[in-house]
Amino acid sequence: MPDASFVFAQSLSGLTAAMFLFLIASGLSLIFGVLRVLNFAHGTFYMLGAYLAFQAMLWLGPGPGRFWLAALGAALGIALLGGVVERVLFRHLYGKEELYQLLFTYALGLILSDAAKIFWGTQQKSVSRPPELAGSFSLFGATIPQYNLFIILLGPSIALAFWFVLQRTRAGRFIRAAALDRETLGALGVNVTALYTGVFMLASFLGGLGGALISPMRATTPGMDTEVIVEAFVVVVIGGLGSLWGTFLGAVVYGQVLSFGILFFPRFSIFAVFALMAAVLIIRPWGLLGRPLR
Amino acid sequence: MSVRGLAGLAVFVAALLVPALGSRFYTFLANDVIIWALFATSLNLLVGYTGLVSFGHAAYFGVGAYVTGILMKKLAVPFVLAWPAAGVVGAACALVFGFFCVRLTRIYFAMLTLAFAQIVWAICFKWNELTGGEQGMPEIPYPDFGWIERIGASVPLLGGWRTAEYFYFLCTVLVAASLWALHRIVTSPFGRMLTTIRENAERAEFIGVNVQRYELAAFVLAGTFAGLAGGLFGIFNRGVFPDFAYWTKSSEVLIMTLLGGMGTFFGPSIGALVLILLNQQIVSYTEYWPLVLGTVLVVLLFGFPGGLAGAVGALSGRLLRRVRSA
Repeated sequence: MPDASFVFAQSLSGLTAAMFLFLIASGLSLIFGVLRVLNFAHGTFYMLGAYLAFQAMLWLGPGPGRFWLAALGAALGIALLGGVVERVLFRHLYGKEELYQLLFTYALGLILSDAAKIFWGTQQKSVSRPPELAGSFSLFGATIPQYNLFIILLGPSIALAFWFVLQRTRAGRFIRAAALDRETLGALGVNVTALYTGVFMLASFLGGLGGALISPMRATTPGMDTEVIVEAFVVVVIGGLGSLWGTFLGAVVYGQVLSFGILFFPRFSIFAVFALMAAVLIIRPWGLLGRPLR
Repeated sequence: MSVRGLAGLAVFVAALLVPALGSRFYTFLANDVIIWALFATSLNLLVGYTGLVSFGHAAYFGVGAYVTGILMKKLAVPFVLAWPAAGVVGAACALVFGFFCVRLTRIYFAMLTLAFAQIVWAICFKWNELTGGEQGMPEIPYPDFGWIERIGASVPLLGGWRTAEYFYFLCTVLVAASLWALHRIVTSPFGRMLTTIRENAERAEFIGVNVQRYELAAFVLAGTFAGLAGGLFGIFNRGVFPDFAYWTKSSEVLIMTLLGGMGTFFGPSIGALVLILLNQQIVSYTEYWPLVLGTVLVVLLFGFPGGLAGAVGALSGRLLRRVRSA
C-alpha cells in the first residue's frame, strides 16, 4: 500500500485532469441537452483552443498576465468560430437522424483539425506556465504545482457560475426551456435561433478555454482532439447527457478511476474507464444524474 | 439469373482478373477494397437494413483480425480453421455486447457500441502477452498455398504469381461467398423483417415480432461477417494492430457505408471502392487527406443523403424520364 501523501497527490492529479475534462464535457453536454446534437467536433474546438493560446503567446511574448490574456483570447476566438459554424453549418442538423449528426460533426472535426495542421504543422507546441503560478507548495507531504490547484479551484467555480446562469437568470431560463420544448418557446416570442447560436458559442468557449488552459501542462499535438472527445463522451455518459452536475460528477469519477487505476492496475486503467461507461449505459442509460429522454 | 446476379458475377470475374493487369500495386489496392467491402456490407446489415447506428463496429473487425492472427502466428493453426474462428469469435463477442446494446435506442445504442469497442481496443492495447500490446503483432503468415502454388507453377498462364496474388484470389472468392450469403440473408423473410423493424419498430412489435431478438440476430450476423473481414485484413496487412478496433476505424467504415449508400446492398462496396481509390489518389497530391474526406462528407450529407448509389439511381431515373418524354 503506497503511503498516504502519495495517494493524496495521485487523487489531486486525477482531480486536475477531471476539471479539464469537465470544461470540455460541459460544453458537449450543453450542446446535447439543448440542441440535441452529439458534437464530435467539440474535441477539435478544444485542440484549436490550445493552438490559439500558443499563437497568442507568440504574439504577446512572455510577461506577467500575458498567459491569461492569451487563454481568454483563445477561448473567445473559439466561441466566435463556434458561432460561425453554428450559423452556417450546424443548424441544418437539428432534428436530423443521429447518423447524419454523428458523421457530419465528425467531418467537421476532420476539416478543422486538418486546417490546424496546415497552420501549425505536426510538431508539438508547448506554452510555458504563467509566471504568477509557476511555483508549487506542499500539502500533507505532497508537492502540488500552483497551476494544478488553480485548475482544481476553477472547475467548481465554473460549474457554480454555470448553475447560477442556468437557474437564476433570464437567459438561463430560456436555455432550460429550449431544452424542453423549442417550438413552444419560439411561439412565446423568444428568438430561439439566436439562443441556439448563443448556447453553441458558450459551449465552444468552454471547450476552447479547456484547450487553452491545458496548453501549459501538456504539449499541443494533432490527434489530441480524437483522444479527448472519447474521454468527454465517457464523462457525459457516466454523468448523464445534458446534466450539468452529472457532467461534473462524471469528470471527477473519470479522473479518480484513471489516476488510481494507473496506480494499482496499470494494465486495466483504460479498460476500467470504458467498462464503467458500458456499465452505466446498461444499468442507467441516462447517466448517474441525468433524466431519461422522452 | 437476374440482371443483378449477372452484374455481380461480372464484378466477381473482373476482380479475379485484376492481377492479370500485371501491377502488384493494383492487386494490393483491389485486395484492400474487397476486404473493406465485406466489412462495410456487414455494417450495412445493421445501419442500412435494421436501422441501428453502431459506432463500434470496428470491435468485431479487430477481434477477428486478432483471432486469425494469433491462431496462425502463435499456434500455427491452418487458415481453413483460423479464418472461420474469426467469424465465430466475432459472433460470440457480438452476442454478448449486442445482448446489452439492443436494449437501448438511438444515441444510447450508438454510445454503448462505442463503449464496447473501446473496451476491445483497451484490451488489445494493454494485453501484451496475447496481442503484443501497443506494438501490435507483425508478420502474420500467409495461408499455406503449397500444392496450389505447385500446380499453378506448372500451368502456363498462371505461373509466376507470388503468394500475395494467391491470397488475393482466395480473398476474392471468400468475400464473394460472404457477400452472397449476406445477400441471401437480406432478401430472406428474416431480412425483410429487419427492414420492417427499421421502418417502424413499434408496428413490428404490434404484429407479434420480438424486435429485440431480431435486432440481436442482426447484430450477431453483422459481427460475424465483420470478424471474417478482420481475419482476412490482418493477413493482408501483414500485421494486426490495436487501432483496428479504435473508434476512428468504426467511423471510417460508417463513412464508406454512407458514401456508397445505405439503402442498397452493393452501396457499401461501392463506398469502399470509391473511398480507397480517392484516398490513394489524394495522398499522392497532398498530405491533407482528412480535409478532403471531411469536405466530401459534408457535401455528401447535404447534397446526396442517399449516397453515391442513391445519387446515381436518381440521376439515371431522371435521364430515363427525359428520354421517355422526348
